[in-house]
Parts: sequence; C-alpha cells; structure tokens
Amino acid sequence: MAGKKTPELNSSSSADIAFLLLCYFLMTTTMNQDSGLQRRLPPLPDESQKEETKQEVNRHNVIEVKVNKQDQLLIGQEPIDISVLKERIKEGLTNPNNSKDLPDKKKDTIKVDGKVVDIMISQGIISLQNHNFTSYKRYIEVQNELMKAINELRDEFAMAYFKKPYQKLDKAGQAAVRKAVPNNLSEGEPSNAGEENN
Amino acid sequence: MSKFKPSGKKEVPALSQGSLSDIVFMLLFFFMVTTSMRETENKVMVKVPEATEVAKLERKDLTSYINIGRPVKDLQRQYGTEPLIQLNDSFKKTDEIRDFIANERNAMSELDRQQMTVAIRADESVRMRIITEVKMELRRCQALSIMYTARKKE
Repeated sequence: MAGKKTPELNSSSSADIAFLLLCYFLMTTTMNQDSGLQRRLPPLPDESQKEETKQEVNRHNVIEVKVNKQDQLLIGQEPIDISVLKERIKEGLTNPNNSKDLPDKKKDTIKVDGKVVDIMISQGIISLQNHNFTSYKRYIEVQNELMKAINELRDEFAMAYFKKPYQKLDKAGQAAVRKAVPNNLSEGEPSNAGEENN
Repeated sequence: MSKFKPSGKKEVPALSQGSLSDIVFMLLFFFMVTTSMRETENKVMVKVPEATEVAKLERKDLTSYINIGRPVKDLQRQYGTEPLIQLNDSFKKTDEIRDFIANERNAMSELDRQQMTVAIRADESVRMRIITEVKMELRRCQALSIMYTARKKE
C-alpha cells in the first residue's frame, strides 16, 4: 500500500472542454459598438425665468429649417433639396458677402497657440422645426446634414488658424474652435410646420 | 558506421499537446471577460437610420437605451402594429420614462450621473410625434445628453 501513487489526472480532455466553452462565448459575444449622432437637449426653462429667456433675436439671424409632413425640406419659405442644405447652412453661417439678410457676425478674440487673434463669430441660429408626421429617417438625415455643416466649418476654421483638423487639436484648441464656430441649433416645438405648403 | 548517426530507427517526436489547453484557456478567458450578454430581449423591430457624422459611444455602461419601433411579429397580435416604446424588457408609456431614468440614475455612482447618456434607438419609419414626446419627457427629467443611434454610412 505504501508504494501506491495517485494516478495522474488525464488532462487531454481539458482542451476539449475549454474549446466547447470557447465556442459558446464566441457565439454569444457581441462586439458591436454603438454609434450615433450625439446631441444635447436644451434644459426646460424655469417658470420664473420664462419671461427673461425670451431674448430678442433678429429675424435675419435665424436660419429656419422646416421639415413638413411629406418630408419636404424648407428654408424659410423656400423648398430646397437636402443635397444643398449643407451649403446653404454654411453660407448662412459664414456670410461671406456680409449680406444684410444673412446672420450678423460679431467681433471677438480667441487664443491661437498663445497669441490672441481677432475673429468674427457668426450670430446665426439654426432653427429646426419638424412636423409630427415627419419620418424619423428624414429627421436624422437633416440633423446629419446640419452637423456636417458645423463640423466642416470647424474643420475649415481649424485648418485656417491652427493648421490642423479639428479632431487633431488639443482640448484648448478645440474649445477655441467651438467658441469661434458655435453650434447654435434650436429645435422648435413641432407645430404643423409647412402645412400651408402642402 | 558513422559516429554521429545513432543506430536504430528515428521517430519524429510527438507534438506536445500540453500547451494547447493553456492557449485555449487563455482565449476562453479573453472572451469571458469581454463578452456582454444581452440583458434585454428586443421586442420591437428597429432598423436604425444611416448617418455620416456618427460618433462612437464611449461608455456603454453609462448608457440607457430607449427602443422605439413596431412590435415584433409574434407580439403584433397582442400589441398592435403601432410604434411603441420599449424600456428594458417591456412596453412602456411615455410618462413611464421618468421612472426608468430615475432607476438608471440610482444604479450609477454619483460621479457617473452627469455623464449619463440616453441612446434613442428608433426605427427609421417611425413618425416624429413619438420621438418628440420622448425628448420632451427626457428634458423634464433632466436627462439632456442624448444620442440618436445610427449606422455609419459607407
């Protein structure tokens, strides 16, 4: 009895077991990363502040984008195609010819690599209004175009002043670009937008 | 008789399988750690719209999902075909979003609450009425950081 050893455990099947478990986790794992359009909703105005928050906004500073229930797109009263929306927004926000009908610009300063630089900041506000029966797909398309316009403007600005695209800038640089090209998007209550034009 | 050639037949030594199980176990642990089981069953059919300006969701654990779409085929008899809101595992009304957000907030640590994001996974065919109601409700409960889930367009 003294010389008897415990027999060695046969480990050749442990690989099979591990393979089985491995296959199970391989099948059930989900690697998909969610992606989407990030937005920030405006906070609800307090009851007490309601009167004060009604700021005076010049009419020509507001770029009105409406989507009606047939998913048609209107800027102001003019129906346009979604392919030109981005250019129209960019034109409105940069206002290259200082037209009176397009949003004003205000002089301000930002810091570029420690130096203070004079720039013009657009006062434009994009107002997006949709109908209750607008399809979500159309809404996302429009939101996407608006974001693309802002992103491109930021990139152009960053290239002009920082010689780098927006995404490659450091935190301070990005903040400066964001200040120079603000994302002023306001979403109106869905009324019966464009109902009179159907 | 060469000095260097051993006599007798030479065999290829058998491949050692001892390390095989180690490798497999390593892979196994990797998948066990990275896997995240889907906690909720999809009760609505969602085909998210396409967009080009998408950003990746950074913190999945700080995200609450609101699914909006038509009920799946099996449930259509029971719930109809109108788009519904699914929170966690059941269909909810718009005003129940408030409780849902409160619950999700409570499950997070104090620091993470500011970074909470609500992902709206809505089907591209739904009408804006239901989305607007959801957004209004989110504004009421101060969950302002939202994301419209979208696919990246190639």
